[in-house]
Amino acid sequence: KKKKERSLNRVFFFFFFLLNIFLLFFKLEELHHEIDSTNFCMFLIFLFSSNNSLVSRLLLLLKISQKSALLSRRKREEEDEEEEAKMFRNQYDTDVTTWSPTGRLFQVEYAMEAVKQGSAAIGLRSRSHVVLACVNKAQSELSSHQRKIFKVDDHIGVAIAGLTADGRVLSRYMRSESINHSFTYESPLPVGRLVVHLADKAQVCTQRSWKRPYGVGLLVGGLDESGAHLYYNCPSGNYFEYQAFAIGSRSQAAKTYLERRFESFGDSSREDLIKDAILAVRETLQGETLKSSLCTVSILGVDEPFHFLDQEAIQKVIDTFEKVPEEDEGEGEADEGEAEAAAAAPAEQGGGAGAGDQDVAPMEM
Amino acid sequence: MTFTIPIENGNGVKNAEADSQRTLYPYVTGTSVVAIKYKDGILMASDMGGSYGSTLRYKNIERMKAIGKHSLLGASGEISDFQEILRYLDELMLNDNMWDDGNSLGPKEVHNYLTRVMYNRRNKFNPLWNTLVLGGVKNGEKYLGMVSMIGVSFEDNHVATGFGNHLARPILRDEWREDLSFEEGVKLLEKCMRVLLYRDRSAINKLQIAKMTEEGVTVSEPYSLKTFWDFKAFTNPTVGAEGSW
Repeated sequence: KKKKERSLNRVFFFFFFLLNIFLLFFKLEELHHEIDSTNFCMFLIFLFSSNNSLVSRLLLLLKISQKSALLSRRKREEEDEEEEAKMFRNQYDTDVTTWSPTGRLFQVEYAMEAVKQGSAAIGLRSRSHVVLACVNKAQSELSSHQRKIFKVDDHIGVAIAGLTADGRVLSRYMRSESINHSFTYESPLPVGRLVVHLADKAQVCTQRSWKRPYGVGLLVGGLDESGAHLYYNCPSGNYFEYQAFAIGSRSQAAKTYLERRFESFGDSSREDLIKDAILAVRETLQGETLKSSLCTVSILGVDEPFHFLDQEAIQKVIDTFEKVPEEDEGEGEADEGEAEAAAAAPAEQGGGAGAGDQDVAPMEM
Repeated sequence: MTFTIPIENGNGVKNAEADSQRTLYPYVTGTSVVAIKYKDGILMASDMGGSYGSTLRYKNIERMKAIGKHSLLGASGEISDFQEILRYLDELMLNDNMWDDGNSLGPKEVHNYLTRVMYNRRNKFNPLWNTLVLGGVKNGEKYLGMVSMIGVSFEDNHVATGFGNHLARPILRDEWREDLSFEEGVKLLEKCMRVLLYRDRSAINKLQIAKMTEEGVTVSEPYSLKTFWDFKAFTNPTVGAEGSW
């Protein structure tokens, strides 16, 4: 009889033990309930157990694992809370014309967050050429992808990330400025002057209570007397010149790649520049196979008007470095270090999986 | 210059105030300007006279001015309108310099800007009564163009305004070459100016020649051409046809 009882107890014991493990590690969202249930299970185990030393060891193990789960969960919650506090929990963020006590305009900063939600856009330049590339994200399988690269003039192109509607309006403005200059002076508008016009326009929206900042970041590439230039225009009204830059979601991976290579871009040939752009796009895809349908690439240069590269040209470049899709991690060209950087990126971007779709979410709202 | 909106009644008569604001005819005018491209850049010549109708009233008017680093503007026609144009270009150049970004407006841009200005004024029936010659060199490229008071504009290797069109351009068509040296260019221009001096009643014998190269603009001091009035045809014009003149 005692033997039967013992074996029965053991069965119960292991059952609750496994249940406990399951609850601990697989139902992470309901930690609160989880603690209660694990405590309950532990109590039951104790009740049904017959072998005290084994039980006590296992109980100890359980307690430790529970505590670590709790701690990590708390830490994550704290982080989320911090982010939440930064984003939502303050009273100075209702108006763009309200300063915070620490000297920040929160609405402008939130507008820059909108840029980070858009799908990635990448630009790089050599002395004579500028390449703009972007990831094609479609709202659904049925729809076509959003246009993120626009021709402003034969010698200026722009890639956008963020609220694409705002981007479209600003591209129209740029085209208008460019063509007015061409008409009056019969000469192309220097890109440096165009970005200043753009930045001034964006600044106006940060200083009127009845306006809101543009929620789009613009990578403007173009020519002027001194050669090719690449600029980044923020919703805040700032603009910076870059040798290479990436904006949008998961752009950190691309930026890391570009940071390693940018010193050689100045003297790059046109083909190398295109290859670097496509490689940078691949970094933002993070493991997804790179196909020519997933990216759009455009180029302009001193003796080359702005135009898009067609699918075959892009596919040819992809084929030079991606012979078999699974092998690309081992390829000499791929930077293995990107894997860690890429993994760290989603946490930074606040959710990589859903971010790509944010590009179209504002339209749905 | 106030811009009053013209009032139209049945016979299309406009507001009297508007009339007094529009240029109907020129008063103080300059005569021709002649310009050519030469090996290193542009050479432009004009005399220094300002006529008040048929009176040669002003004899010290500079009708050629440097615009920015790269351009040279010469004008014939109403002097006051020329001064107005210089004010517009001054403002244009000032804004261009304020950018301070390594880009600058070259002669082609200035020429097109002036074309737009002249044409728009003509459309408002209030022209700037000038024919402008715009020359310059930028990044090794020579540019020479002309804009008339109704907005007709073009580029050429040699241009002339007013009487110069009729008297100087035939000479230039025959004798202009791509690789004229500075001295040859000056001689050619002086030849044209001498013909104009003989035949144009509003020309005076005090001229300036301006040189525009990659390095910049230099406008010469005023000087006079040697003239010869003892041609038989001049001394005895009516020989062979007594009674005529």
